[in-house]
Amino acid sequence: MHFQTDRQRAVGKGAAHSGTGHHIFMSVTAVALAFLVPVFVIIFGRTLGAPQEVVIAVFGNPFVAIVTALTIIVGMRHFAKGWQMCIEDYAHGTARGVLVFIGTAISYLVMASVLYALAKFAFLDLILGAMG
Amino acid sequence: MVQFKLPKNSQIRVGKTWPKPEGKNIRKFQIYRWSPDDGENPRVDTYFLDLDKCGPMVLDALIKIKNEIDPTLTFRRSCREGICGSCAMNIDGINTLACIYGLDEIKGPVVKINPLPHMPVVKDLIPDLTLFYAQHASIMPWLETKTNRPEKEWRQSIEDRKKLDGLYECVMCASCSTSCPSYWWNSDKYLGPAALLHAYRWIIDSRDEATAERLDGLEDPFKLYRCHTIMNCTRTCPKGLNPAKAIASIKKMMVERQV
Repeated sequence: MHFQTDRQRAVGKGAAHSGTGHHIFMSVTAVALAFLVPVFVIIFGRTLGAPQEVVIAVFGNPFVAIVTALTIIVGMRHFAKGWQMCIEDYAHGTARGVLVFIGTAISYLVMASVLYALAKFAFLDLILGAMG
Repeated sequence: MVQFKLPKNSQIRVGKTWPKPEGKNIRKFQIYRWSPDDGENPRVDTYFLDLDKCGPMVLDALIKIKNEIDPTLTFRRSCREGICGSCAMNIDGINTLACIYGLDEIKGPVVKINPLPHMPVVKDLIPDLTLFYAQHASIMPWLETKTNRPEKEWRQSIEDRKKLDGLYECVMCASCSTSCPSYWWNSDKYLGPAALLHAYRWIIDSRDEATAERLDGLEDPFKLYRCHTIMNCTRTCPKGLNPAKAIASIKKMMVERQV
Protein backbone atom coordinates (compact mmCIF):
# COMPACT_ATOMS: atom_id res chain seq x y z
CA MET A 1 0.00 0.00 0.00
CA HIS A 2 1.35 3.43 -0.93
CA PHE A 3 -0.28 6.51 0.55
CA GLN A 4 0.34 9.84 -1.10
CA THR A 5 -1.35 13.19 -0.63
CA ASP A 6 -2.80 14.96 -3.66
CA ARG A 7 -0.26 17.76 -3.22
CA GLN A 8 2.57 15.18 -3.36
CA ARG A 9 1.07 13.76 -6.55
CA ALA A 10 0.75 17.21 -8.09
CA VAL A 11 4.32 18.27 -7.29
CA GLY A 12 5.89 14.89 -8.06
CA LYS A 13 9.68 15.07 -8.23
CA GLY A 14 9.55 18.79 -9.02
CA ALA A 15 10.50 20.65 -12.16
CA ALA A 16 13.29 19.20 -14.29
CA HIS A 17 14.49 22.72 -15.22
CA SER A 18 14.70 21.68 -18.85
CA GLY A 19 12.38 21.68 -21.82
CA THR A 20 12.96 25.21 -23.08
CA GLY A 21 16.02 24.05 -25.03
CA HIS A 22 13.88 21.35 -26.64
CA HIS A 23 11.19 23.94 -27.44
CA ILE A 24 13.71 26.34 -29.04
CA PHE A 25 15.38 23.49 -30.97
CA MET A 26 12.05 22.30 -32.42
CA SER A 27 11.04 25.86 -33.40
CA VAL A 28 14.38 26.66 -35.05
CA THR A 29 14.64 23.35 -36.92
CA ALA A 30 11.01 23.67 -38.09
CA VAL A 31 11.86 27.02 -39.72
CA ALA A 32 15.06 25.60 -41.21
CA LEU A 33 13.19 22.61 -42.64
CA ALA A 34 10.60 24.91 -44.22
CA PHE A 35 13.42 26.14 -46.49
CA LEU A 36 15.53 22.97 -46.78
CA VAL A 37 12.82 20.43 -47.59
CA PRO A 38 11.42 22.14 -50.75
CA VAL A 39 14.96 22.57 -52.16
CA PHE A 40 15.80 18.95 -51.36
CA VAL A 41 12.55 17.67 -52.86
CA ILE A 42 13.23 19.54 -56.13
CA ILE A 43 16.78 18.15 -56.31
CA PHE A 44 15.69 14.64 -55.42
CA GLY A 45 12.71 14.76 -57.79
CA ARG A 46 14.88 15.79 -60.73
CA THR A 47 17.26 12.86 -60.20
CA LEU A 48 14.53 10.25 -59.85
CA GLY A 49 14.89 7.71 -62.65
CA ALA A 50 18.10 9.32 -63.95
CA PRO A 51 21.13 7.15 -64.84
CA GLN A 52 23.55 6.38 -62.01
CA GLU A 53 26.32 8.62 -63.41
CA VAL A 54 23.95 11.61 -63.48
CA VAL A 55 22.80 10.97 -59.88
CA ILE A 56 26.41 10.68 -58.70
CA ALA A 57 27.31 13.89 -60.54
CA VAL A 58 24.34 15.79 -59.07
CA PHE A 59 24.96 14.69 -55.48
CA GLY A 60 28.71 15.21 -55.95
CA ASN A 61 28.01 18.92 -56.43
CA PRO A 62 29.02 20.72 -53.19
CA PHE A 63 25.80 22.81 -52.99
CA VAL A 64 23.55 19.77 -53.49
CA ALA A 65 25.61 17.66 -51.08
CA ILE A 66 25.48 20.35 -48.36
CA VAL A 67 21.72 20.91 -48.80
CA THR A 68 21.12 17.15 -48.67
CA ALA A 69 23.33 16.70 -45.61
CA LEU A 70 21.65 19.60 -43.80
CA THR A 71 18.17 18.34 -44.68
CA ILE A 72 18.94 14.89 -43.34
CA ILE A 73 20.78 16.03 -40.19
CA VAL A 74 18.26 18.74 -39.26
CA GLY A 75 15.31 16.59 -40.37
CA MET A 76 16.41 13.52 -38.45
CA ARG A 77 17.16 15.44 -35.25
CA HIS A 78 13.76 17.14 -35.60
CA PHE A 79 12.18 13.73 -36.16
CA ALA A 80 13.91 12.19 -33.14
CA LYS A 81 12.85 14.97 -30.77
CA GLY A 82 9.32 15.05 -32.23
CA TRP A 83 9.12 11.27 -31.87
CA GLN A 84 10.26 11.63 -28.24
CA MET A 85 7.42 14.11 -27.56
CA CYS A 86 4.91 11.82 -29.25
CA ILE A 87 6.06 8.77 -27.27
CA GLU A 88 6.08 10.71 -24.00
CA ASP A 89 2.46 11.63 -24.71
CA TYR A 90 1.16 8.13 -25.26
CA ALA A 91 3.56 5.60 -23.70
CA HIS A 92 4.41 5.19 -20.04
CA GLY A 93 6.94 3.26 -17.95
CA THR A 94 9.59 1.09 -19.58
CA ALA A 95 7.92 1.25 -23.00
CA ARG A 96 8.46 5.01 -23.04
CA GLY A 97 12.25 4.73 -22.61
CA VAL A 98 12.61 1.85 -25.08
CA LEU A 99 10.57 3.59 -27.81
CA VAL A 100 12.45 6.89 -27.38
CA PHE A 101 15.73 4.97 -27.66
CA ILE A 102 14.55 3.22 -30.85
CA GLY A 103 13.49 6.50 -32.48
CA THR A 104 16.77 8.20 -31.60
CA ALA A 105 18.78 5.21 -32.86
CA ILE A 106 16.86 5.21 -36.17
CA SER A 107 17.55 8.91 -36.65
CA TYR A 108 21.30 8.46 -36.15
CA LEU A 109 21.33 5.39 -38.40
CA VAL A 110 19.64 7.31 -41.24
CA MET A 111 21.98 10.27 -40.76
CA ALA A 112 25.07 8.05 -40.83
CA SER A 113 23.88 6.17 -43.94
CA VAL A 114 23.11 9.34 -45.90
CA LEU A 115 26.35 11.06 -44.90
CA TYR A 116 28.29 7.91 -45.90
CA ALA A 117 26.53 7.87 -49.29
CA LEU A 118 27.21 11.58 -49.86
CA ALA A 119 30.86 11.16 -48.94
CA LYS A 120 31.08 8.25 -51.32
CA PHE A 121 29.55 10.34 -54.15
CA ALA A 122 31.85 13.27 -53.41
CA PHE A 123 35.04 11.27 -53.20
CA LEU A 124 34.21 8.54 -55.74
CA ASP A 125 36.72 9.85 -58.24
CA LEU A 126 39.44 9.94 -55.59
CA ILE A 127 38.59 6.40 -54.47
CA LEU A 128 38.59 5.04 -58.01
CA GLY A 129 41.85 6.88 -58.75
CA ALA A 130 43.54 5.42 -55.67
CA MET A 131 42.40 1.93 -56.71
CA GLY A 132 44.04 2.48 -60.12
CA MET B 1 0.52 2.61 -22.57
CA VAL B 2 -2.50 4.77 -23.16
CA GLN B 3 -5.77 2.84 -22.83
CA PHE B 4 -8.01 3.32 -25.84
CA LYS B 5 -10.76 1.04 -24.51
CA LEU B 6 -12.61 1.38 -21.25
CA PRO B 7 -12.00 -1.37 -18.68
CA LYS B 8 -14.91 -3.82 -18.36
CA ASN B 9 -16.26 -2.29 -15.16
CA SER B 10 -16.36 1.17 -16.79
CA GLN B 11 -18.19 0.22 -19.97
CA ILE B 12 -21.43 2.16 -20.24
CA ARG B 13 -24.71 0.19 -20.47
CA VAL B 14 -28.22 1.18 -21.39
CA GLY B 15 -30.08 2.31 -18.29
CA LYS B 16 -33.62 3.01 -17.25
CA THR B 17 -36.07 4.94 -19.44
CA TRP B 18 -38.38 7.09 -17.36
CA PRO B 19 -42.02 7.69 -18.41
CA LYS B 20 -42.73 10.36 -21.01
CA PRO B 21 -44.96 13.18 -19.75
CA GLU B 22 -47.84 14.73 -21.70
CA GLY B 23 -47.04 17.95 -23.55
CA LYS B 24 -46.16 19.54 -26.87
CA ASN B 25 -42.57 20.58 -26.21
CA ILE B 26 -41.03 17.32 -24.99
CA ARG B 27 -37.24 16.97 -25.00
CA LYS B 28 -35.28 13.76 -24.43
CA PHE B 29 -32.32 13.70 -22.00
CA GLN B 30 -29.70 10.94 -21.79
CA ILE B 31 -27.71 11.25 -18.59
CA TYR B 32 -24.69 9.28 -17.36
CA ARG B 33 -25.34 7.49 -14.09
CA TRP B 34 -22.93 5.64 -11.82
CA SER B 35 -22.95 4.97 -8.13
CA PRO B 36 -20.02 3.55 -6.14
CA ASP B 37 -22.49 1.88 -3.78
CA ASP B 38 -24.21 -0.69 -6.02
CA GLY B 39 -21.22 -2.29 -7.78
CA GLU B 40 -22.94 -1.88 -11.16
CA ASN B 41 -21.41 -0.60 -14.39
CA PRO B 42 -22.16 2.97 -15.45
CA ARG B 43 -25.38 3.37 -17.41
CA VAL B 44 -27.19 6.05 -19.39
CA ASP B 45 -30.69 6.82 -18.13
CA THR B 46 -33.28 8.44 -20.39
CA TYR B 47 -35.59 11.17 -19.13
CA PHE B 48 -38.24 13.29 -20.86
CA LEU B 49 -39.12 16.86 -19.91
CA ASP B 50 -41.79 19.26 -21.08
CA LEU B 51 -39.69 22.33 -21.84
CA ASP B 52 -42.75 24.57 -21.52
CA LYS B 53 -42.63 23.82 -17.80
CA CYS B 54 -38.82 24.07 -17.45
CA GLY B 55 -36.27 26.89 -17.23
CA PRO B 56 -34.09 27.68 -20.27
CA MET B 57 -30.74 26.32 -19.07
CA VAL B 58 -29.42 22.76 -18.88
CA LEU B 59 -29.04 23.15 -15.11
CA ASP B 60 -32.74 24.04 -14.88
CA ALA B 61 -33.53 20.75 -16.60
CA LEU B 62 -31.25 18.79 -14.28
CA ILE B 63 -32.80 20.39 -11.20
CA LYS B 64 -36.29 19.64 -12.56
CA ILE B 65 -35.35 16.01 -13.16
CA LYS B 66 -33.91 15.72 -9.65
CA ASN B 67 -36.89 17.45 -8.02
CA GLU B 68 -39.71 15.82 -9.97
CA ILE B 69 -38.52 12.58 -11.58
CA ASP B 70 -35.42 11.01 -10.03
CA PRO B 71 -34.10 12.35 -6.70
CA THR B 72 -31.07 10.03 -6.88
CA LEU B 73 -29.54 12.01 -9.77
CA THR B 74 -26.39 13.62 -8.38
CA PHE B 75 -24.59 16.71 -9.62
CA ARG B 76 -22.81 19.78 -8.24
CA ARG B 77 -24.36 23.21 -8.55
CA SER B 78 -24.35 26.41 -6.57
CA CYS B 79 -24.48 29.93 -8.03
CA ARG B 80 -26.57 29.31 -11.18
CA GLU B 81 -24.86 32.20 -12.97
CA GLY B 82 -21.44 30.96 -14.14
CA ILE B 83 -19.43 32.28 -11.21
CA CYS B 84 -18.75 29.28 -8.99
CA GLY B 85 -17.76 26.72 -11.65
CA SER B 86 -19.48 23.88 -9.76
CA CYS B 87 -21.79 22.59 -12.49
CA ALA B 88 -19.11 21.91 -15.15
CA MET B 89 -20.02 18.82 -17.17
CA ASN B 90 -19.93 17.48 -20.70
CA ILE B 91 -23.11 18.58 -22.47
CA ASP B 92 -23.69 17.45 -26.04
CA GLY B 93 -19.96 16.70 -26.37
CA ILE B 94 -18.80 20.06 -25.00
CA ASN B 95 -17.32 20.71 -21.57
CA THR B 96 -19.21 23.66 -20.19
CA LEU B 97 -21.21 25.03 -17.27
CA ALA B 98 -24.75 23.67 -17.15
CA CYS B 99 -26.04 26.90 -15.59
CA ILE B 100 -25.08 29.13 -18.53
CA TYR B 101 -25.61 26.62 -21.37
CA GLY B 102 -29.03 27.06 -22.92
CA LEU B 103 -31.15 24.09 -23.95
CA ASP B 104 -31.77 25.91 -27.23
CA GLU B 105 -28.02 25.78 -28.00
CA ILE B 106 -28.24 21.99 -28.37
CA LYS B 107 -29.25 21.32 -31.95
CA GLY B 108 -29.86 17.56 -31.88
CA PRO B 109 -33.09 15.96 -30.61
CA VAL B 110 -31.38 14.42 -27.56
CA VAL B 111 -29.56 16.27 -24.77
CA LYS B 112 -26.61 14.05 -23.80
CA ILE B 113 -25.03 14.83 -20.44
CA ASN B 114 -21.89 13.18 -19.10
CA PRO B 115 -19.39 14.02 -16.35
CA LEU B 116 -16.20 15.87 -17.32
CA PRO B 117 -14.15 13.41 -19.39
CA HIS B 118 -11.15 11.41 -18.25
CA MET B 119 -11.57 12.13 -14.55
CA PRO B 120 -12.43 9.60 -11.85
CA VAL B 121 -16.16 9.78 -11.13
CA VAL B 122 -17.35 10.19 -7.55
CA LYS B 123 -21.01 9.67 -8.48
CA ASP B 124 -23.18 10.38 -11.56
CA LEU B 125 -22.07 13.79 -12.91
CA ILE B 126 -19.55 14.54 -10.16
CA PRO B 127 -15.89 14.13 -11.10
CA ASP B 128 -13.08 13.83 -8.55
CA LEU B 129 -11.17 17.12 -8.83
CA THR B 130 -8.76 16.69 -5.90
CA LEU B 131 -5.65 16.35 -8.12
CA PHE B 132 -6.83 19.27 -10.26
CA TYR B 133 -7.11 21.49 -7.16
CA ALA B 134 -3.74 20.26 -5.84
CA GLN B 135 -2.13 21.18 -9.18
CA HIS B 136 -3.67 24.64 -8.85
CA ALA B 137 -2.25 24.96 -5.33
CA SER B 138 1.19 23.87 -6.55
CA ILE B 139 1.58 26.96 -8.74
CA MET B 140 1.32 29.20 -5.64
CA PRO B 141 -1.86 31.08 -6.57
CA TRP B 142 -1.18 34.02 -4.29
CA LEU B 143 0.88 37.21 -4.29
CA GLU B 144 4.51 36.50 -3.34
CA THR B 145 6.55 39.49 -2.21
CA LYS B 146 9.99 40.02 -0.67
CA THR B 147 9.94 43.78 -0.28
CA ASN B 148 8.71 45.01 3.09
CA ARG B 149 4.96 45.35 3.19
CA PRO B 150 3.89 48.91 2.27
CA GLU B 151 1.97 51.01 4.75
CA LYS B 152 -1.10 50.94 2.54
CA GLU B 153 -1.81 48.68 -0.46
CA TRP B 154 0.60 47.21 -3.07
CA ARG B 155 0.29 49.72 -5.87
CA GLN B 156 -0.41 48.81 -9.48
CA SER B 157 -0.81 51.01 -12.55
CA ILE B 158 -3.96 50.88 -14.65
CA GLU B 159 -1.94 49.45 -17.56
CA ASP B 160 -0.49 46.67 -15.38
CA ARG B 161 -3.91 45.87 -13.96
CA LYS B 162 -5.26 45.50 -17.50
CA LYS B 163 -2.77 42.67 -18.10
CA LEU B 164 -4.77 40.54 -15.67
CA ASP B 165 -7.96 40.82 -17.71
CA GLY B 166 -8.81 37.51 -19.34
CA LEU B 167 -6.91 35.68 -16.61
CA TYR B 168 -8.45 36.48 -13.21
CA GLU B 169 -11.95 35.57 -14.43
CA CYS B 170 -11.17 31.83 -14.42
CA VAL B 171 -13.57 30.03 -12.06
CA MET B 172 -11.61 26.75 -11.95
CA CYS B 173 -14.44 24.72 -13.42
CA ALA B 174 -11.94 22.28 -15.03
CA SER B 175 -13.71 22.36 -18.41
CA CYS B 176 -10.45 23.30 -20.17
CA SER B 177 -8.15 20.80 -18.47
CA THR B 178 -10.55 17.93 -19.00
CA SER B 179 -10.90 18.78 -22.70
CA CYS B 180 -7.13 18.62 -23.24
CA PRO B 181 -5.75 15.34 -24.68
CA SER B 182 -2.34 16.06 -23.15
CA TYR B 183 -4.03 16.31 -19.75
CA TRP B 184 -5.97 13.11 -20.39
CA TRP B 185 -2.81 11.09 -21.07
CA ASN B 186 -0.44 12.76 -18.56
CA SER B 187 -2.53 14.41 -15.86
CA ASP B 188 -0.11 13.10 -13.23
CA LYS B 189 2.69 15.28 -14.64
CA TYR B 190 1.18 17.95 -16.89
CA LEU B 191 -0.37 20.84 -14.94
CA GLY B 192 -3.12 21.42 -17.50
CA PRO B 193 -4.51 24.65 -18.99
CA ALA B 194 -6.37 25.87 -15.89
CA ALA B 195 -3.37 25.69 -13.54
CA LEU B 196 -1.10 27.21 -16.20
CA LEU B 197 -3.53 30.07 -16.85
CA HIS B 198 -3.50 30.80 -13.12
CA ALA B 199 0.31 30.49 -13.07
CA TYR B 200 0.52 33.12 -15.81
CA ARG B 201 -1.95 35.33 -13.94
CA TRP B 202 0.59 35.56 -11.06
CA ILE B 203 3.69 35.67 -13.29
CA ILE B 204 2.34 38.69 -15.15
CA ASP B 205 1.12 40.47 -11.99
CA SER B 206 3.32 43.58 -11.62
CA ARG B 207 3.15 43.37 -7.81
CA ASP B 208 4.47 39.81 -7.61
CA GLU B 209 8.19 39.36 -6.84
CA ALA B 210 8.52 35.62 -7.40
CA THR B 211 8.53 35.60 -11.21
CA ALA B 212 11.88 33.77 -11.40
CA GLU B 213 10.82 31.08 -8.91
CA ARG B 214 7.49 30.67 -10.69
CA LEU B 215 9.19 30.22 -14.07
CA ASP B 216 11.74 27.85 -12.52
CA GLY B 217 8.92 25.75 -11.13
CA LEU B 218 7.26 25.48 -14.52
CA GLU B 219 10.32 24.74 -16.64
CA ASP B 220 9.74 21.08 -17.20
CA PRO B 221 9.07 18.88 -20.26
CA PHE B 222 5.79 17.77 -18.67
CA LYS B 223 4.50 20.49 -16.32
CA LEU B 224 4.48 23.12 -19.10
CA TYR B 225 5.75 21.74 -22.38
CA ARG B 226 3.17 18.95 -22.65
CA CYS B 227 0.92 21.66 -24.13
CA HIS B 228 0.94 21.11 -27.89
CA THR B 229 -1.33 24.07 -28.64
CA ILE B 230 -4.27 21.82 -29.48
CA MET B 231 -6.54 24.72 -28.43
CA ASN B 232 -9.40 22.57 -27.06
CA CYS B 233 -9.07 24.55 -23.83
CA THR B 234 -9.75 27.88 -25.52
CA ARG B 235 -12.55 26.45 -27.62
CA THR B 236 -14.40 24.98 -24.66
CA CYS B 237 -13.86 27.62 -21.93
CA PRO B 238 -17.38 28.62 -20.81
CA LYS B 239 -16.04 31.99 -19.64
CA GLY B 240 -14.53 32.78 -23.06
CA LEU B 241 -10.95 32.84 -21.75
CA ASN B 242 -7.84 31.83 -23.68
CA PRO B 243 -5.65 29.43 -21.65
CA ALA B 244 -3.67 28.46 -24.78
CA LYS B 245 -2.54 32.06 -25.19
CA ALA B 246 -1.51 32.23 -21.52
CA ILE B 247 0.53 29.04 -21.93
CA ALA B 248 2.15 30.40 -25.11
CA SER B 249 3.04 33.58 -23.18
CA ILE B 250 4.74 31.51 -20.46
CA LYS B 251 6.71 29.62 -23.14
CA LYS B 252 7.72 32.96 -24.68
CA MET B 253 8.99 34.18 -21.30
CA MET B 254 10.95 30.93 -20.90
CA VAL B 255 12.62 31.49 -24.29
CA GLU B 256 13.35 35.14 -23.45
CA ARG B 257 15.21 33.97 -20.33
CA GLN B 258 17.54 31.88 -22.48
CA VAL B 259 18.19 33.90 -25.62
